[in-house]
Amino acid sequence: MTEVALQTVNLVRRVQGVITHTLVNGIDLSVAKGEFLAITGPSGSGKSSLLYLLGLLDAPTEGEVIICGQATSKLSETERADVRLTKCGFVFQFHFLLPEFTALDNVLLPMRAHGQMSTKDMNERAMSLLMSLGLGEQTGKRPNQLSGGQRQRVALARALANRPEIIVADEPTGNLDTASTQQVFGILRDIADNGQTVVVVTHDAALAARADRRIHIVDGKIHETTFGGHRKPEIAVATPAVECPS
Amino acid sequence: MATNLVLSIAWTHVSTRVRQTLVGMFGVAMGVGFTIMMAGLMQGSQIDFLRQLVDTMPHVTVGDERRSVPSQPADQEYAAVGMSNVANVNRRPGIRYPDAIMASLRSWLPGDVAPSVKTTAIVNHGEARVGVSLVGIDPRLEVRVSKLATQMREGQLTDLSKAANGIIIGEALAQKLAVKNGSTVLLGGGEGTQISATVVGIFRSGIKSVDEGQIYSLMNLAQTLMGQNGVVNQLRLRLSDPLVAQKVATQVEAQIGYKSVSWQEANADLLGAFATRDFIVLTVMGAMLLSSSFATYNIISTITHEKRHDIAIMKSLGMREYSVRRIFIIESMMMGAVGILFGWILGYLLCYGWSQITIFNVLTGATTPLEIYYSPMHYLASGGIAILCCAVAAYFPARKATRVHPVEIIRGAS
Repeated sequence: MTEVALQTVNLVRRVQGVITHTLVNGIDLSVAKGEFLAITGPSGSGKSSLLYLLGLLDAPTEGEVIICGQATSKLSETERADVRLTKCGFVFQFHFLLPEFTALDNVLLPMRAHGQMSTKDMNERAMSLLMSLGLGEQTGKRPNQLSGGQRQRVALARALANRPEIIVADEPTGNLDTASTQQVFGILRDIADNGQTVVVVTHDAALAARADRRIHIVDGKIHETTFGGHRKPEIAVATPAVECPS
Repeated sequence: MATNLVLSIAWTHVSTRVRQTLVGMFGVAMGVGFTIMMAGLMQGSQIDFLRQLVDTMPHVTVGDERRSVPSQPADQEYAAVGMSNVANVNRRPGIRYPDAIMASLRSWLPGDVAPSVKTTAIVNHGEARVGVSLVGIDPRLEVRVSKLATQMREGQLTDLSKAANGIIIGEALAQKLAVKNGSTVLLGGGEGTQISATVVGIFRSGIKSVDEGQIYSLMNLAQTLMGQNGVVNQLRLRLSDPLVAQKVATQVEAQIGYKSVSWQEANADLLGAFATRDFIVLTVMGAMLLSSSFATYNIISTITHEKRHDIAIMKSLGMREYSVRRIFIIESMMMGAVGILFGWILGYLLCYGWSQITIFNVLTGATTPLEIYYSPMHYLASGGIAILCCAVAAYFPARKATRVHPVEIIRGAS
């Protein structure tokens, strides 16, 4: 039986304004452990809103997000932060690396925030991640000394730092050239092939086609689901994710 | 959440934004420095004044009055009898059994006691006539209870015993009467007595009212002028710690019954004015520190605004809101701590600079340096308040910035 990493039950997100706007409208979704899910859709369709709900960055108006079997709708903001820290890794369209810190420091950030590893272990893991993503020579450089593709790979390394169960990526290749886009998507594919769940929002249909499953969102609802191909990993990405608690 | 991480991010922000950090530190340093200078100046002048006051007057004065009207025999016998218009004075002036009282007080008093006779007199010299307060003293005991011996400008305290009817007068009074050491004046007493006296010494206490309106003689001269031979109407106490005078006065009064007035009670109005002045000074100093903390507030506001993406990403990574908030509060306190160190140095230098300035007093003709009071409390208090102001000044912009939902900023950036 396939283990479920991420599940939503009748997920609704409304924004109150002069008029109430429904961003996500009753989505039921299950994402298996190790699955690569691509979310596509036109601008304003609610795909990023869905992603933020899945990553607990936003709270649903109705419904439930279940991560590794843990219901999250009743968690406090601090508890949600703890879940994000340990079970989710985020990659955004903009790398959002801390500009004063080196690549290595940026990757260390989630591990230091978690505070569960020794300094030696943290450094070893950060170095290992950066090297596996081809950034072994860039560890001491600050973000402004890196190319766009390198920055995004550092952001990926940071997302992987705490061995999260789920990697959530919002248009991670949106600002990259073709070569970097292929590289970053390849890495995400490899992460999924190594057993971590990857959920990516993208506009790029060709890239989405490389996912295990693609859901197309229109007006906050799943309009279409497509199952894609699969390939073997090309890059061995550090260590596998921690297991979801049974 | 790892404190090291919070410190590390705070330190990185502070060390990479040198200009903002320097401005913040400068603001705190100025606030702390000028606060220390103000406190040193204000407290210095106050302490100097009080020292002169306490040196000039007895710490506790026991008079021959009682604080409340003595109950009358008829009043004691018949409760219904109402007595009115009864003066609060003894039938016979003077303290009864002064030697016995002094012996008793000396057995426990943290200081010493001396008898004196206080009366009023008119000093006549040529055309000049000045009303003064005449204090008859015992020069051997007086040195134990007053600084008069050290305040002598001409002659000595013991010279009172060397001349017949010798008196010691204040420098200002001597100028007023145009007399000098050795001059003869005519003293007029309340009972119509007139005695020729010789000026055997001139003193200066530094307090104009004393230097102009008080003279000293031997006790028998004062008693003669009063027409009350052998009377002692004052016991003057000097204590090893002037600050316990009020407590001692209460004890003395409870023991002997005569009204005992501490220097604090005698100068209650003045001390009340000092309390008001202290409050004003504290308010001004607080305002100075608060103003300096606005620089910190501005800087932290700017930093939190510039760092909103970092805040969003730290929160999205799972850092708790209060941990992110702590980063900015610690940044502010780092700037504040270094600013305080510079402020302490600045404050000391300002105090030292002011202490080199001398002020010429037109009224007394004396040139005195500005009194500065150096106290570690000034440094600790100004530093403590400044660091607190920095923390509070940082708290509000940090709270505002960290309350923003990360999605809002991430969406904005997209």
